[in-house]
Amino acid sequence: MKIGLFIPCYVNAIYPDVGIATYKLLYHFGLDVDYPADQTCCGQPMANAGFESKAFELAKNFDEMFDQYDYIVAPSASCAAFVKYNYPSVLKGSHPCRTSEKIYDICEFVHDVVKPVKLPGRFPHKVSIHNSCHGVRELHLSSASELNIARYSKIKNLLSLVEGIEIFEPDKVDECCGFGGMFAIEEPAVSVCMGEDKVRSHVAAGAEYITGADSSCLMHLQSIAKRNKLPAKFIHAVQILTSGL
Amino acid sequence: MSTQHAKAAAQFILNREQEQWHNETLWFVRQKRDNMAMRIPEWEELRELASQIKMHTVSRLDSYLEMFASEAERNGATVHWAKDAKEHNEIVYSILKSHQVKKLVKSKSMLTEECLLNDYLIGQGIDVVESDLGERILQLMGEHPSHIVMPAIHRKREEVGKLFEEKMDSEKGNSDPTYLTHVARKHLRREFLTADAAMTGANFGIAQTGEVVVCTNEGNADMGTSLCNLHIVSMGIEKLIPDLKSLGVFTRLLARSATGQPSTTYTSHYRRPKEGGEMHIVIVDNGRSAIHGDSEHIQMLKCIRCGACMNTCPVYRRSGGYSYTYFIPGPVGINLGMLKSPEKYCDNVSACSLCYSCNNVCPAKINLADQIYLWRQKLDSFRKADRIKKLMSTGMKFLFNRPALYRIALKIAPVINHLPRILIYNKLNAWGYGREMPRFAGESFSSMWKKGKIKKTNNQ
Repeated sequence: MKIGLFIPCYVNAIYPDVGIATYKLLYHFGLDVDYPADQTCCGQPMANAGFESKAFELAKNFDEMFDQYDYIVAPSASCAAFVKYNYPSVLKGSHPCRTSEKIYDICEFVHDVVKPVKLPGRFPHKVSIHNSCHGVRELHLSSASELNIARYSKIKNLLSLVEGIEIFEPDKVDECCGFGGMFAIEEPAVSVCMGEDKVRSHVAAGAEYITGADSSCLMHLQSIAKRNKLPAKFIHAVQILTSGL
Repeated sequence: MSTQHAKAAAQFILNREQEQWHNETLWFVRQKRDNMAMRIPEWEELRELASQIKMHTVSRLDSYLEMFASEAERNGATVHWAKDAKEHNEIVYSILKSHQVKKLVKSKSMLTEECLLNDYLIGQGIDVVESDLGERILQLMGEHPSHIVMPAIHRKREEVGKLFEEKMDSEKGNSDPTYLTHVARKHLRREFLTADAAMTGANFGIAQTGEVVVCTNEGNADMGTSLCNLHIVSMGIEKLIPDLKSLGVFTRLLARSATGQPSTTYTSHYRRPKEGGEMHIVIVDNGRSAIHGDSEHIQMLKCIRCGACMNTCPVYRRSGGYSYTYFIPGPVGINLGMLKSPEKYCDNVSACSLCYSCNNVCPAKINLADQIYLWRQKLDSFRKADRIKKLMSTGMKFLFNRPALYRIALKIAPVINHLPRILIYNKLNAWGYGREMPRFAGESFSSMWKKGKIKKTNNQ
């Protein structure tokens, strides 16, 4: 099984440790992991801002670069969801998208494909899970609160494998954090208001750490917590999963 | 880079207390909706059925409209066809005029809001009285609905108490909801008794039987239609469903989605004119048939105007109905506004973080968020794209398509961490509004990988 690691642009630049943890976890499972050197961004920022056509070349290169792998794994649910659901239409008129079927978010991949029953290490902390919009409503990492379907959470299942952890969730369990790419700068008042509400509800849930599958939401919330001097620490779920590695 | 919505929303949020109250009040309705939805095991099946029935009806709309009209006429109603708001208003006025109507009592109808009927009729000298409590409050205040189901949700009871003191001579300082409702009831009773005609909207038009179904909680539609001999129904062409059997699907979904009630208090079926009276049904297009021809947005015709997408929308809850430039706010309004006039209503397209919650609550499974995404792609072709967003997207395209340049940029980026605050936190940086900048890592993942700092080999 050959895995192509996709480390999205902002994870690469701001959260390289999340990338390293992703690699470590996959390596721990004995998987053959490669990182294509010329990868950059999936193109979602431009597309969500209304310039999907500016993502065309990126999508085309991505599709060619990652086609050689059996699976593509990324530590960012939103980016993975963009490749999965938007690439086929972005690439319309070029060639049929091949990577959309192969891409996984790291939590989704470990949960659904690797299916570990135990993980080494301890994380004796209170964590609150940030259920990100695209993780929940596009990748189905947990049951969306709006739907009448059986309740589940893949992230919760995975985190529960780590000894000592106490897991919480905020009120309004999967409400948006207000990031939304360029939404954050086009509607700053609403975006910040949403983010402040979200950090506070995580803190109220008893979180020492706020965690999740989407570094972009965590980045937004971290920026808000820092400005408001709110006592919350941020950690990607994969960093907790590798705490013993 | 600020849309009308973004500006108005910022203004709304300035009063944080009011914003929080609005947010939590509507979230409470969302929770009531969840409680109802979770109690119906076949809920998701019902949504799928509703979606399919609507799409089926829309795909054969011409024949269902003909069926509805001929059945309605057979029942003794008079059917009128209005191609737009102007025709609709003129038809309504001509009916009123021929019956020498001086006072018209109305139950809630978003279609008549869409057509600006009240202003038109008042201009013709008709006394128009809204009889839905929320609508009546707004009419007396000279305001328009801020929500399609709970039109006066942005107003607190203290404000209503004050209004009633002024307009209905209620007790000073009494804002007890039960008391105020009694005052309104008495006041409206006089209006009902002195009205010459009643007007209702239509939640559903049943093609098989030619009847219209009106759902209210206050019984105000029934009061009006029972007391007046003339009943005028204003109905959009998309309100049709095939038969009474399919109505069951929608009545199970509507109130549960809208307000978290198992059903509305009144579900009234109007099939024929009352004895000695007349019933007129005005069937309105006003741009709907154009939506029918638009494959990307045809799903908007499935909308049953329950407002669930507004209650769940994190942006709507925090920005209020008046922050949108179209008369219908929230996800449904963003889309309907763009279908009405993209040039005029494009300022609402920014009011979405693409969280997709609206798609999930919609009882007719409309892909509301996906459609907002599609509208954003078109803004540039209307010359309505935001210049800074376009510039940023072009810059990102340039950088991300040049991996070598991207790597150099990554190397330089950490310098930004050390710039003086004033260079970073200023009016040009909307991120800095309420947020600190994220800090670039000393070394990027790609650089570490290239130097062999990450990859392990089997003998390690």
